[in-house]
Amino acid sequence: MKYFIAFVKKEFRHIFRDRRTLLILVGMPIAQILIFGYAITNEIKDAAIAIHDKSIDYQTREISNKLTASGYFVLKSDINDISQYEELFRLNAVKEIIVFEPNFAKNIGRGDKGKVHIITDASEPNTAAMLSSYTSGIINSYAANNILTQDQKDQGIRAETRMLYNPELKDVFMFIPGTMALILMLVSAMMTSVSIVREKELGTMEILLVSPLKPYHIILGKVVPYLLLAFLNAVVILLLGIFVFGLPIRGSILLLLFESLLYIMLALSLGIFISTIAKNQMMAMFISMFALMLPTTLLSGFIFPIENMPKILQYLTLVMPPRWYIVVAKAVMLKGASIFVIWKETFILIAMIFTFLTLSIIKFKERLN
Amino acid sequence: MKSLLFLLEKEFTQIFRDKTMLKMMVGVPIFQLIILVNAATFDLKNTNLTVMDFDRSNNSRELVKRFSDSPFFTAVLSTNSEQEAYTAIEKGRADAILTIPRNFERDIAVNHKASVMVEINAINASAAGLINSYSNTIISNFNQDQLLPGQKVTMPIKADIAYWYNPELNYKFFMLPGILVILVTIMGSFMAAINMVKEKELGTIEQLNVTPLRKSSFIASKLLPFWVIAIIELSFGLLIGFVLFNLQVKGSFFVLYSFTAIYLIAVLGLGLLIAALSDTQQQVMFVSFFFLLIFILMSGIFTSVESMPHWAQQVNIINPIAYFMRVIRMVILKGSGFYEIRHELLSMVIFAFASLTISIKAFRKTVS
Repeated sequence: MKYFIAFVKKEFRHIFRDRRTLLILVGMPIAQILIFGYAITNEIKDAAIAIHDKSIDYQTREISNKLTASGYFVLKSDINDISQYEELFRLNAVKEIIVFEPNFAKNIGRGDKGKVHIITDASEPNTAAMLSSYTSGIINSYAANNILTQDQKDQGIRAETRMLYNPELKDVFMFIPGTMALILMLVSAMMTSVSIVREKELGTMEILLVSPLKPYHIILGKVVPYLLLAFLNAVVILLLGIFVFGLPIRGSILLLLFESLLYIMLALSLGIFISTIAKNQMMAMFISMFALMLPTTLLSGFIFPIENMPKILQYLTLVMPPRWYIVVAKAVMLKGASIFVIWKETFILIAMIFTFLTLSIIKFKERLN
Repeated sequence: MKSLLFLLEKEFTQIFRDKTMLKMMVGVPIFQLIILVNAATFDLKNTNLTVMDFDRSNNSRELVKRFSDSPFFTAVLSTNSEQEAYTAIEKGRADAILTIPRNFERDIAVNHKASVMVEINAINASAAGLINSYSNTIISNFNQDQLLPGQKVTMPIKADIAYWYNPELNYKFFMLPGILVILVTIMGSFMAAINMVKEKELGTIEQLNVTPLRKSSFIASKLLPFWVIAIIELSFGLLIGFVLFNLQVKGSFFVLYSFTAIYLIAVLGLGLLIAALSDTQQQVMFVSFFFLLIFILMSGIFTSVESMPHWAQQVNIINPIAYFMRVIRMVILKGSGFYEIRHELLSMVIFAFASLTISIKAFRKTVS
């Protein structure tokens, strides 16, 4: 035990000595949360558009004003020739071009239809879909308010929409659980695997193995500091979420912390497993970087909903640890779920921890023999 | 020049000697590209819907049928119990509830208007927005078709929508170039940096330091192999995009590769700069990971850079990934040429020049 404590102290000293890495360990979650909170947004604001008005009457002008006054659009240029469309898009100068056909108001006055084309740059498909739906929304509401009678407007079935759990449609509900999953995976799995492999690569592992420390002491000693660091990160992210972005914790905070701890342990056991298969630090990093980071962001439901993926990938997500943690974190934070709702996910997390530990022990024995 | 050739030979020998690593460097990114492009999709194909139909009339059944017939919704549960409906949402079995009140049909017949309620799990805000707009479309089509001709109101304005460059709004065309940028960037800068600092950590750099090698030759020898690998990686990626996803490069390959070549010098230079300032592989990994993560997130890979706040756009002026992200999509999807990307190209040349000069300066052959 005494040796063990001394070993853990040594590990801590290694971490604290390297100021730069420590600073990044602490600063990374904060930077990431702030970027997700403030910079990454699906909202449309001030999108550059161009208007080609072939009619130039009071109604087309009115609609143009409505569009620019909405806050979604900024008028970049008025154009008067069809040849300019392509050029503007290719320069990335505008994202949408609105074309009013001739005799717009005159046609409406005659009881005919006024024609307008909405052309969007769909090289960004989501933005294009949103822009075109906002534009047609504004045009339709102009038509309803200024051209139709009150009676005509009221007819038909109206849908009343309620947004459950997140009435203001804030993105923070998505990115806090996701960021936690990503950062905890990074700190735990990447750091432990690299720091264990480093001892192998530099040859100091041999020295440790002949010391009175048991092999599992060595591994445990490597893991404990990162467990604490990762847990600290989880708490910092949660505090930022709650106090800066108004994230509600509707369920039990203790349950949430317990689940986070489970997830950290899972990531650590994954890190240990990587260290048993990697020959050198470069390989450990490569595996962590490619095999952990991108799937953690893209195959976990963090950014892209799992239901939308092809079936075969949906099955693949079943073996992604972050997927289960994100489900749990969202359920506890946002839906106020209790352990009875998420017992299955919790069980899966625990089963994964045992799987990775068993695999590592098998690999480790192989190596010693 | 001759010494540079020898150094390059050494680097390539080292890379090719480690067969596992070589396989990983080629195989993993390609595998990732195939999987992740399929995973990264916002097209909502399947929203599980719970239906609470209290009216049970012809009209209500017709509306429910419209929802379940549409490609976006699958009616998984039909119930009269609110409790059951909300539990399905809580457990994640359904993402939306459609409630049709009693007297729905009568309201339509008597008042020509009625209301229904759509409740959506909005934890994923952008998905919720899409679900909302799909359900609105279904309801407004229902209005157009089901109401009696006399009650029908036609809109006085006809707006049609055209999606240029990607008429089917195929999200893969958007994501594939984006993921390719990330893979090429990580492959280039990160691996080169690790490779360089490894010599420091293992002490072999001392042996190089006592040779008459020039600093610039040393940097060049570390930069070139990964520059080549990254370019090959890009070509593989484009080939996969064409074969598997039918993504065709609209612009010229010459423009694309010229920009990539300069971009790679810039990011490889940055990677080597980080390596020159670090002592261990762990440090390099962490510092470059920190910057990569921030630069990637801010580059506009998922969302439009133009809708970011002003400060974020200012930050992007020094973010090389943002330039490449923009240019690769312009050239591949829209066919932009040198004239259209001239500003980005100029910035990248300055970047490449600066990062190379600084990393050569920062690299020390002497131990203080």
